[in-house]
Amino acid sequence: MSITIESISKLGYFKGVDADRLASLAQIFGQRSFLKGQTVVSEGDSEQNLYFVGAGVVKIFKTSSEGKEQIIKITRPGESFNDIAVFSNGPSPYSAQALGTATLIYLIHKNDLMPFMEKNWKVVQNALECLAGQSRLLLGLIEDLSFKNVMGRVAKILMENSLHGAEGFQKLTQYEMAAMAGTAREVVGRSLKSLEDTGAVRLERHKIIIVNKDLLNQLAGLN
Amino acid sequence: MSTLPVLDPTKCDGCGLCVTVCRCGALVMTGEIVTLVQVDDCGWCCDCELVCDTGALQCPYEIVTIED
Repeated sequence: MSITIESISKLGYFKGVDADRLASLAQIFGQRSFLKGQTVVSEGDSEQNLYFVGAGVVKIFKTSSEGKEQIIKITRPGESFNDIAVFSNGPSPYSAQALGTATLIYLIHKNDLMPFMEKNWKVVQNALECLAGQSRLLLGLIEDLSFKNVMGRVAKILMENSLHGAEGFQKLTQYEMAAMAGTAREVVGRSLKSLEDTGAVRLERHKIIIVNKDLLNQLAGLN
Repeated sequence: MSTLPVLDPTKCDGCGLCVTVCRCGALVMTGEIVTLVQVDDCGWCCDCELVCDTGALQCPYEIVTIED
């Protein structure tokens, strides 16, 4: 079954483009289904396909040589990925993995996309907006990871919220911690894992257990 | 029975992405919104919170101190 024009019109690059023009793309687009946890793109792949999420969610991430993962973005329906590889003529700088069951991915090869873009300024405009949005996101991550001691801030937040109140233990979500630390949730997840690596805390399902208060204090810069 | 994520149905826009990422079946679509079903093995992966764009799903952590 090929992609419908309606589905194409919901993809970030093709919003606002006349349906007549999109008709020619319907035969060119491919589609693939992925199960939860399956890899769509691996870092270093040289495929020149531009991918769009049709249904489900795709996690975009980088993995360090020690196996640590940094989530870069959660890609939702209509959003693209592998743009950097396609437009820079290079390998993919990140991996992409299906997070949801029955994740539907639409793909178009660079050789098919470029001639269409040459004839459709609106698609070029949309692509620039998508790429600029991604650049802004990446710059935010660079700022958080390079200039902010997020792990220290998260350590401080944990110390400040570790007091046992009348209603029991305090509770915080990763989003709340991110908002308090002035960073992205993806960076908080990484910081919690780093704190666990130091031996200051232990993560257990819905609990963050402070196992070495002195060390956590030190990491928080509180003593 | 295990502790489950916290759902605010008033914020749920019914996109269903959380249902597709849920590993234990605790989240199901009921009509146009998501509801929670009691399960024994929610592993607190927090993927539902991660993909929820409206903040309807939350996976709070209890912050517990082990006294020396």
